[in-house]
Amino acid sequence: MSDQHDVHWLCRPATIKKLWIVGIAILVLTVALELTIHPHPYFGIDGWFGFNAWFGFFSCAAMVLFAKLLGIFLKRKDTYYDD
Amino acid sequence: MMINSALPPGLILIVGSLFLPALVGNARKTLMLLLPVLTMYFIWAVPDGVQLTVPFLDYTLEPLQGDKLSRLFATIFTLMAFVGGIFALNQKSQIELLSAYAYAGGAVGVAMSGDLVSVFIFWEFMAVASTLVIWSARTKESYRASMRYAIVHLFGGVILMIGVIGQIYHSGSVEFGAMKADSWWTWMLLAGFLINAGAPPFSAWLPDAYPSASWSGSVFLSAFTTKTAVYVLIRSFPGENVLIFVGLYMVFYGIIYALLENDMRRILAYSIINQVGFMVTGIGIGTDLAINGAAAHAFAHIIYKALLLMSAGAVMYEINKRKCTDLGGLYKAMPLTMICGTIGALAISGFPLTSGFTTKTMIASAAADQHIAYAWFLLEAASAGVFLHAGIKFPWFVFFQRAPGYVEREFGAKPKDPPFNMRLAMVIFAALCVGLGVYPDPLYAILPNPVDFVPYTSTKVIHMLELLLFSGFAFFVLLKMMKRTLTITLDFDWFYRKFFNLLHEEFVVRHGGAAFAKFRQACLKRVDMIINHIFKHHGPHGILARTWPTGSMVLWVAILLGLYLLVYYI
Repeated sequence: MSDQHDVHWLCRPATIKKLWIVGIAILVLTVALELTIHPHPYFGIDGWFGFNAWFGFFSCAAMVLFAKLLGIFLKRKDTYYDD
Repeated sequence: MMINSALPPGLILIVGSLFLPALVGNARKTLMLLLPVLTMYFIWAVPDGVQLTVPFLDYTLEPLQGDKLSRLFATIFTLMAFVGGIFALNQKSQIELLSAYAYAGGAVGVAMSGDLVSVFIFWEFMAVASTLVIWSARTKESYRASMRYAIVHLFGGVILMIGVIGQIYHSGSVEFGAMKADSWWTWMLLAGFLINAGAPPFSAWLPDAYPSASWSGSVFLSAFTTKTAVYVLIRSFPGENVLIFVGLYMVFYGIIYALLENDMRRILAYSIINQVGFMVTGIGIGTDLAINGAAAHAFAHIIYKALLLMSAGAVMYEINKRKCTDLGGLYKAMPLTMICGTIGALAISGFPLTSGFTTKTMIASAAADQHIAYAWFLLEAASAGVFLHAGIKFPWFVFFQRAPGYVEREFGAKPKDPPFNMRLAMVIFAALCVGLGVYPDPLYAILPNPVDFVPYTSTKVIHMLELLLFSGFAFFVLLKMMKRTLTITLDFDWFYRKFFNLLHEEFVVRHGGAAFAKFRQACLKRVDMIINHIFKHHGPHGILARTWPTGSMVLWVAILLGLYLLVYYI
């Protein structure tokens, strides 16, 4: 850690750790805020507690995994069309 | 008094653009800023209803008409030309500026046309002008991409033309209004419009062509073609059910391909298709709220997408690198570009206090109001996906990802924020992204339908924050899986870039070989024989080319007439 001061403050492991802690605190806070509102669900399931949180997280995870899977078949070197 | 509005305002940009190459220095800059201002003035001087009629064959064309929808789109196209013009003030390519302004004029022309023929003329004009914008980057890549782009759009133009002719023939009128896709010609119209919107299967033209343009060219390109397609779809096919499915496909196509992409401008190009997908879905839902949502989203989208491409353009301008694998850590060297790019990224994601939140949420609300469950759930998932592929991915890989100093070390580049005019253009659009997010009322006031929509309720804000922040969380949790590679992803364009070539080689070289060469020789010999034969009879000394006495001609005519009489009586 002797070169701690040569590294930009945003890149220091200590800062990154703090950013993670603050980030997770904000996530918890947004879900907690849901206790203060009275939503009117349209479809039932969207009225479940924290619906948007887990729906957002899992749909993103699903999209990343699907993209990864598609990439196995459709990815080519970026010089593919160059000849 | 209204004589000043009797010509389509788009013509000001089109005709004015022709003078740009003749001017240099401040005179050219002044004209670049003046033309959109003049156009904007005349757009707002056009009252409601048809303002100009031109007789054409048996029909009456209406190249100029005014209503709220036309004015909304013409306004944003002109605003885009103005701020894009500021951004491009130091673009040296004369042909790019000329064609970009003419392209904008064509878009304004489409937005203010009242009949199918005028729409078609401006539409095709845009295809030519936009091809020139791509081509004027003057690289081998851009030349090839512009040719592929032109071919796809001319093909789309042919389909549209068949639709236009079919519609005019069957309805007996050139009127351009709401219709239903219930006949082959209306389907052709719909298909022609959708090709320009980037709908499947012809989506690949967009990420192929736009990122090949210059640092300023792609800013102009992002705005006009797809959004005029959105405009004509709102005008002609509101509530067309199939558009919901087409739109939803586009939304996810854009996300998935952008997730796999390495080129920062191609990421943004895929996300254009994703965003237009939201609009197309809104048009398919077709209620007043959904149409307002699609129109407002198009307005906001042009601003934040141009802003994103400006920040990408600024990076290109400074270090001429496009791939995420080459970028990163630029936040320290280009702070203003990073801030503006991030504001654009937040706006495209629909973060509260940005224009994406006050416009895009209308479309999902319309789906909920109509109880179209699948559309609502998919749009919600897509909103999360937008934050994933554009909202975080773009700024993260371009400006962060690595410690500052990476591009300086690797490429010996000295990046800094771009010149004043480019910074100004970015700041204007960033301010509009936030402005329309905080105070959307001026935009709501010019939407086609009366607005009864409150974007800021505590429920909506908290739900959106949950959705977006947890997508962000997913991004960082899955960051290892998002590592960029030096790859592209195959798409439909593979057919016309690779498959047909392979097919050609297969038949000509491998199987054909000597037999094919012999066959070709035989064909050529036959053609030679025919030409020689014709030459023998019609050449300078041929029997049929000789000078004949008039008397002999009269004799032959008399014989032929006599024969004719004989045959007639028999």
